[in-house]
Amino acid sequence: MKSIDSSFQRPRDLPDIHILSSGTSICAGCGGLQAIHEILDILGLKTVTVNASGCMSLLSVYPFTPFSGSWLYTAMASAPAGAQGVRDALDRLLAKKRISSDEDMQVVVLSGDGSATGIGLSATSGAIDRRLDFIYICYDNEGYGNTGQQFSAGTPHGARTTTSRGEHGYCGYKKDLFSIWKANHPAYLATVSGAEPLDLARKIEKAKSIKGPSLIIAFSPCPTGWHFPPQESIEIGKLAIRTGVWPLKEYEDGKVVHTYMPARRLPVTEYLKKQGRFAHLFHPGNEYLIKEMQAELDAYWACVEKSVKSSETKE
Amino acid sequence: MNKQMLTGNVAAAWGARLAGIDYLPAFPISPQTEIIETVAEWIDTGVMDATMTTLDSEHSMLTAAGGAAATGVRVFTATSSQGLLYGMEMMYALAGWRVPLVLINVSRGLGAPITLEPDHNDVLAARDSGFLQLHCSTCQEILDSILIAFRLAEDKRIRLPVLVNLDGFYLSYTREPVIIPEPKEARDFVGPYDPGTVRFKADAPISEAVAVLGGEAYSYFRYEVQVAARKALEVYEEIAAEFQAAFGRSYDKIDAYRADGAEYLFLMIGSFATKAMDAVDQLRAAGWKIGLLRPRLLRPFPDRDLRILAAGRKGIAVVDQNLSFGRGGILHTEVTSSLYGQPGAPPVIAGFVGGLGGRDIAAEEFYQMAEDLKKACRKGVQPPMRLLYTAGELTAMRKLQTIAHAVRPEGGRDEKH
Ligand SMILES: Cc1ncc(C[n+]2csc(CCOP(=O)(O)OP(=O)(O)O)c2C)c(N)n1
Ligand code: SF4
Ligand SMILES: [Mg+2]
Repeated sequence: MKSIDSSFQRPRDLPDIHILSSGTSICAGCGGLQAIHEILDILGLKTVTVNASGCMSLLSVYPFTPFSGSWLYTAMASAPAGAQGVRDALDRLLAKKRISSDEDMQVVVLSGDGSATGIGLSATSGAIDRRLDFIYICYDNEGYGNTGQQFSAGTPHGARTTTSRGEHGYCGYKKDLFSIWKANHPAYLATVSGAEPLDLARKIEKAKSIKGPSLIIAFSPCPTGWHFPPQESIEIGKLAIRTGVWPLKEYEDGKVVHTYMPARRLPVTEYLKKQGRFAHLFHPGNEYLIKEMQAELDAYWACVEKSVKSSETKE
Repeated sequence: MNKQMLTGNVAAAWGARLAGIDYLPAFPISPQTEIIETVAEWIDTGVMDATMTTLDSEHSMLTAAGGAAATGVRVFTATSSQGLLYGMEMMYALAGWRVPLVLINVSRGLGAPITLEPDHNDVLAARDSGFLQLHCSTCQEILDSILIAFRLAEDKRIRLPVLVNLDGFYLSYTREPVIIPEPKEARDFVGPYDPGTVRFKADAPISEAVAVLGGEAYSYFRYEVQVAARKALEVYEEIAAEFQAAFGRSYDKIDAYRADGAEYLFLMIGSFATKAMDAVDQLRAAGWKIGLLRPRLLRPFPDRDLRILAAGRKGIAVVDQNLSFGRGGILHTEVTSSLYGQPGAPPVIAGFVGGLGGRDIAAEEFYQMAEDLKKACRKGVQPPMRLLYTAGELTAMRKLQTIAHAVRPEGGRDEKH
């Protein structure tokens, strides 16, 4: 294995402080919140989090806040534009010496998949065009969670949501946010999972050190919307990785690298059967849907393995 | 004295320049675009020291404006019409954030049908947003109002965003002589930007614009905006007095023209009020006792000033350049509710709607409105609302339709016009 250039080599290198305090109104077992916890601990205290409407908007409810850094709630469509305004203002204040460089802050956008893949895409695209120096954290619970888990452009094919209750579930396909960003040459991109804190820490550390637009997409198992018991959140996170449903990868300098290659992928059914939103896939007549999903995963990973092999032979 | 011929848009850009803005988030839309083009050129040529960022939309533009103001810089931005509506969600948000920025709206009628020419349905759609509103009728007033607007917005007792309105074409693209204040005098008047308590700082983290649970917390903050907005009546007076002392030009909350001894009054906002001034001159020459009231401040609404100015008159003709479909003119409702039951209030407040989408209001129409008002006052009965449109215009429209083979059944053909 190649040595990794990171201050996070072993689990014990992970920070033992918790920046985000507990006692919020977020559901028990929320995988998104777990990932956000881990991310903020690496980002540190000097952050401004610009939030788009979604589940996490209820983290700060007047007059309480779990944040040790600053927080600005904007709207569902325009958190990246809010981040632009904050960043521009900080740059202006620094240039005019109205604040010192140690008063500078990391500007972070926090939104769900619905905002990131849909209504917020225009503002996001503008921020990328302008090379805004910010980190976009998208917690992906694969639906409009805050409004009761209707399908969003981030919902996977076949999943049952409150607006796709038919026998075959959601008929659309999960939008590839990673590729949308990648096509526009961001500074850094990565997928993470709260169930893999070391991998997550390394990626956040990297995003923090690189100037320009960065995106972190965090796998966010949602007991409330996906229908599983809250205590299984981490298990589902692990299964998503081991079945290959949630590839851990990053993009940097024009290249995509998978940071974890599942040696022996588990069948996708191991992941699906744990969640109520996929229960109907096991009904007679829906076998083809599971087959399709497995075939798609196999094709994806075959492609990844091929490109890894060809780059190894080149080296 | 530096006096130049400036369009309303360039006068607005001068306002921003003299106010020493830090930040201009922008998005183009006619007839506003000349403002951001002018500032962009000044920045590019080093004449002006500010940061300008073009966003992907007005919704983003206003979000960036609010984010920057909340981080502690002086923010100016501009839009029109469809742009104002596109950003409307954030208008309400920014007032709630209590960020003291200044937004120019260059009025333009709203689609559909799509048009570039002005009326006030755009700016009045923002009436209830929490932005304070100043309405201009000359290019000089635009520049001066921006300086006043920054003072008003940033005043510690207020801390609300302020919208300055000017009419597309009639002001935006019309050159008028404008006195450009000395930069130092303008800077002294506006003062340095004090971010106050709304300010992101590394060593003093805060949460802004957070959610509330329950109507008690919600009402608490909404009422606070109301209190601040009403306070702006008094604060505006102080600032306008200071402005007059510094620059010699006076801007009352309501501009009264030849109102002394008038039995009848027109009431209008914006550039078309200058047409009403001409009509007043003509009517006065013909022996009428008539004048004009032009509210400059629409939010907060200057009730007390209006009551004093209206007391003892026979009647007011409110001319609305907007239309609330199914109701009528918006100003008419505002004026009526402000005067109802007040001692000495005129018994008749007649409502007229005209000048939509840049349609002219001719002198003859003002005379006709004055006649209508007089007649209603004689009867002592509030007349029904009238939509200004002439038989000639209707004939011309139908002729055009005939030429284009586009004759159509007309809705509302039975309506009197
Ligand atoms: C303009 C607008 N439309 C609709 C909503 C209602 N709304 C609030 S949160 C939300 C879903 C957000 O989905 P996502 O971004 O995935 O975040 P999640 O709720 O899943 O955390 C919606 C539709 C809104 N706040 N604003
Ligand atoms: S609905 Fe899902 S994503 Fe939202 S807070 Fe609850 S568990 Fe988390
Ligand atoms: Mg979601």
